[in-house]
Amino acid sequence: MLIDLIKARFHQKHRTMAWPDGPLPPLPERFAGRPVIEGSCADNCRTCADVCPVAAVSFKEKAPLIDTGRCLFCRRCEAACPSEAIRFTHEYRLAGRNRDDLTVSQGCGPFPEALVEKARSLFGRSLKLREISAGGCNACEADSNVLTTVGWDLGRFGIQFVASPRHADGIFITGPVPKNMETAVLKTYHAVPQPRIVIATGACAISGGPFAGNPEHCGGASSVVPVDLFIPGCPPHPLTILDGLLRFIGRV
Amino acid sequence: MPRFHAETLDVYNGQTFPVSACPNTDMASFRATLIGGVSQGLRISALFGAPLAGDTLRLYAVLTDDNAGRLHLISTDVTGSYTALTPSCAQAHMFEREIFEQWGVRPEGHPWLKPVRFETPFRGNGKAAPIGITDFFHMKGDEAHEVAVGPVHAGVIEPGHFRFQCHGETVYHLEISLGYQHRGIERKIPGGPHPLTPFQMETLAGDTTIGHMGTYCRMIEHFSGIASPAKGQAIRGIAAELERLANHIGDLGAMAGDVGFLPTMSYCGRIRGDALNMTAVLCGNRFGRGLVVPGGTAFDLDSRLIEILLKRLDDLEKDATSAIELMFNTPSVLARFENTGRVSRETAREIGLVGPAARSCGLTQDIRFQHPYGIYNYIMAQMYTWHTGDCFSRAYVRWLEIQESMAFVRQVLHAMPSGETRTAMRGQLAPDTMSVTLTEGWRGEICHAAATDANGRFAFYKIVDPSFHNWFGLAQALRDQQISDFPLCNKSFNLSYCGHDL
Repeated sequence: MLIDLIKARFHQKHRTMAWPDGPLPPLPERFAGRPVIEGSCADNCRTCADVCPVAAVSFKEKAPLIDTGRCLFCRRCEAACPSEAIRFTHEYRLAGRNRDDLTVSQGCGPFPEALVEKARSLFGRSLKLREISAGGCNACEADSNVLTTVGWDLGRFGIQFVASPRHADGIFITGPVPKNMETAVLKTYHAVPQPRIVIATGACAISGGPFAGNPEHCGGASSVVPVDLFIPGCPPHPLTILDGLLRFIGRV
Repeated sequence: MPRFHAETLDVYNGQTFPVSACPNTDMASFRATLIGGVSQGLRISALFGAPLAGDTLRLYAVLTDDNAGRLHLISTDVTGSYTALTPSCAQAHMFEREIFEQWGVRPEGHPWLKPVRFETPFRGNGKAAPIGITDFFHMKGDEAHEVAVGPVHAGVIEPGHFRFQCHGETVYHLEISLGYQHRGIERKIPGGPHPLTPFQMETLAGDTTIGHMGTYCRMIEHFSGIASPAKGQAIRGIAAELERLANHIGDLGAMAGDVGFLPTMSYCGRIRGDALNMTAVLCGNRFGRGLVVPGGTAFDLDSRLIEILLKRLDDLEKDATSAIELMFNTPSVLARFENTGRVSRETAREIGLVGPAARSCGLTQDIRFQHPYGIYNYIMAQMYTWHTGDCFSRAYVRWLEIQESMAFVRQVLHAMPSGETRTAMRGQLAPDTMSVTLTEGWRGEICHAAATDANGRFAFYKIVDPSFHNWFGLAQALRDQQISDFPLCNKSFNLSYCGHDL
């Protein structure tokens, strides 16, 4: 029996990724990360805004803006743009401290900048989070949970998902927060000792995502509690979530 | 051939028919037909209301005959109330609660008429019942106690409320009260398809993106009179089996974790990601978002990507086999799995379990095999069952299905058809048409039933996630078990909260 355990252990090898000290884990070729807006649009063309199912594309004067907090990364705007002005890159760094940081405009930075200094001093060496799935479809949940596996090993950064809000420094919300979860989210939030933080992960938790406009939910985490960190995506790639957490506590 | 009390419409999986072709009968015949059909071994795949003018509600029932690969439809009109089916037919239990909650039509004599999702009624000005407040079953006695868990759980999982009635460590009854994930999906669809409808299908139960989106796309194709090209069907099949692989491997790892066998938990947690990353090779997204579209798939596979997938599949197979066989060769794991959370074959049939949970009780039912669709018309997926109905059985059937899915994906990759992956959509959906489309998702039968109005827009769109059938199975499995075995039993079913709550 013991020999089987040892054989399996050898077979499975050491799998924890080297990142952030070593190279990035490979992203899929067809991965859609942060979009960029390049070149100029045709006059009065609003095709990108017209094809967007979640109204993530808007116009400031004649230039498009993409709100990655609404974006489902479906690439319809990229495919429809007659000027090829929108391109989804492999940039996995999407998380932002403020809701406005999530908007991509022409000539904006490659990703939202350094997140917050206070968080580094408070949580830089230990950040305990209570996850609340509030209408999450189990995709954001799965790609958050995967960070605790040996491949990602979230624990090496002092970050951990804990069972009780009493043990937590903050809450990590996924889903649009259904009306049926509003009380539970508030109670859990208030059960976390201060100073406490809130992280909204995924398009639903940031803006309602594909359910935007349905009266059965509150329209995201920030309609219920103040949010300190937004991590966009539908769902965000685990690397996007980890990057957001690590930049938040000043580890990368 | 089953014999029915009244005439039914006999169709196959996905067949379209005029709405008027579905026989409409009186309530007594409707009841007798359903109760008689179930007593002959048929299953209720769906039982739901669709509004007519005034206060009238049309009840539709889909009786599924797995042996013959046929679906039998029947309808009746009802106002106010009717005599409940549930006392004579336990499979109707959740459906009748749902009809009462959504439409206010009362099934008289229903023994357990409580809210399903605490949702706002679909008709009238009624309000939703306050979430989590209902007359929970309660066991009284000096040594009896109650354990309440949730809606927020200890792990990174979806919310739901569980109440255990215990005597010492033994659970006498588990009541499961859901609805916390309700996002109003069904109510939104009539008048559609809307621009957001496909995205809501993909996120209806995010771990079953391919399952539900594949079902929806086939429904749209049936209504449009088009079909996906062979290559699109092949890629859909690969994606569906990768979804099954990822979830089954993750479940076995989680079950190992729940009995404290950490090696398999650690390995499977990572290997699950390898399966998700294979889906990301197809479309860039680990859950298959954007891959399946009406008419086929949005992404193609060339020979280079096929080689990459075959190589990854070989690695996945070696790693998964090492990790999972290690668990099944460990007596301390088997001792915890065996005889824990047992559901008898008779109970499974009576309450209408579906998917691996049903096959683990020895029931032979698999939509891929008995009501084939898409690629499964050409490449047959083997169906596996085991007879013990316990946690071991639910784990072992998953392991057999993992091996079958790996072989299936390899076979399809080797025999990839040439040509396009997508047929262009044309025109509108056929008006005044109805169809029932079934899929074998990784949790079991996914049933979508829809009808269009005179303008070719959806008049109704009913979604039945496999979890809707199976949550009651978990409650049954917990009877006379140690409360400490709940996490293991729960993982052995691993049901969807959002798929149930919609």
